[in-house]
Amino acid sequence: MAMHHKDLVGIETLSPEEITLILDTAEKMAEVSHRPLKKVPALRGKLVVNLFFENSTRTRSSFEIAEKRLSADTLNFSASASSLSKGESLVDTVLNLERMQPDAYVMRHSSPGACQLIRPFTKAVLVNAGDGAHEHPTQALLDALTIRQKKGGFRGLKVLIAGDIAHSRVVRSNVFLLKKMGADVTLCGPATLLPPHLDSLGVKVTTDFDRALDGQDVVMMLRIQLERQKKGLFPSLLEYYKYYGLTEERLRRADREVIVMHPGPINRGVEIASEVADGPYSVILDQVENGVSVRMAILYLLLGGGDDETSHS
Amino acid sequence: MKRKRIFDGAGIQRSLGRLALEIAERLQGCQDVVLIGIHRRGVPLARRLAALIQKAEGVALPVGSLDINLYRDDFSSAGTAPVLRGTQVDFSLEGKTVVLVDDVLFTGRTVRAALDALVDLGRPARVQLAVLVDRGHRELPIQADYVGLSLSTRREDHVELRLKETDGEDALYLEGPEPKTPRDRKPR
Repeated sequence: MAMHHKDLVGIETLSPEEITLILDTAEKMAEVSHRPLKKVPALRGKLVVNLFFENSTRTRSSFEIAEKRLSADTLNFSASASSLSKGESLVDTVLNLERMQPDAYVMRHSSPGACQLIRPFTKAVLVNAGDGAHEHPTQALLDALTIRQKKGGFRGLKVLIAGDIAHSRVVRSNVFLLKKMGADVTLCGPATLLPPHLDSLGVKVTTDFDRALDGQDVVMMLRIQLERQKKGLFPSLLEYYKYYGLTEERLRRADREVIVMHPGPINRGVEIASEVADGPYSVILDQVENGVSVRMAILYLLLGGGDDETSHS
Repeated sequence: MKRKRIFDGAGIQRSLGRLALEIAERLQGCQDVVLIGIHRRGVPLARRLAALIQKAEGVALPVGSLDINLYRDDFSSAGTAPVLRGTQVDFSLEGKTVVLVDDVLFTGRTVRAALDALVDLGRPARVQLAVLVDRGHRELPIQADYVGLSLSTRREDHVELRLKETDGEDALYLEGPEPKTPRDRKPR
């Protein structure tokens, strides 16, 4: 079994076998992070360029730590400090970087499809770290690793994703992944934050959060971006909390063994109550830890080409 | 291609029994000795050796497993990343005698990688190497301390150890091309 793709642009094109390979590899990578000496030489001499055209602390640090644990050389390229602020185009930036012989790009961009745009201009491996509202594959993979660790598998698992469905790349990647792995997915949010045609993804859609919670094994809350309120998509944060905030009382409707997830950063008292975020069902910080393992796995699988086992004893 | 069975299950077990006695004899009393198997087949072999040593000496040696794939020296060549099996060493190596266990010693590159992997986990007092088969053709200055069977092979032969734990049977095979006649030789 191996990865059949050069790049990781989205979950949509991955097979269930590839997803399982990534999760299995991530599981083994976790051990490296718990050693006193947290580094292995697997990607020694490889150059990974982190191209972050949109702010991201968590994802970028997580990738950077993963790169360093595998001994890759890293170059951090952020939009504000780069030639992009001088008007250079994305493609020109890549054409210039290309001559510095990078082995991989990890890219975050506000435009959906940004990865596909630069793909023809590079020989290096491309890892999507979030492109607009399109996909955020490593987030879905770290979510999946967390779910698998806590629930043992995906088949028949009831998963509710709730909040700002319309603006979330996390939702799209998670829906693709969970459906491929056989989970039963429901999406929930206020009508103004639910895009049309969601049912074509093969998921249930509802605006009734209380009912949607009934019997769920996994409840994944999404971050409400506070600027959405200014656009009039919901009247007030307090009202949002009243109808769509995950409180302890509401959570009782879910399965007794439910796990609560959130891609972070959380807004306490908006989409999630503090008692829930810090409570016994919360696996939010496990997600953060798994993020490093999953990103190590991706970089290893896409960059760590070697001969097969038998030629090497 | 010709495939020849060198050992059956009894042969493998006999060889392991001798290895276990040799280890116990050389490392008198087996104080502060740990066994670490190299994935994949070194791991079940290390477990079997530990069981044999316990039977003979009454000492239960800790057994760990080592995945060397993150320490290989052939990463730049094209191909797919080898499947990780994971490293599990749940005990300290500080001041210990580590006996690395592998199935077949060939070029020595796996052992080179295993030594790198091992020193990242701690600082053992000494490291020794036990292999079931030494088939020669070393590419690095590496030798085993304990050898079950020295097998004379050609470089292009394939030595395959199969174990119940990983492959469903215990057997050692030697596979190689028939002796070449001038007509079979392909132009380079």
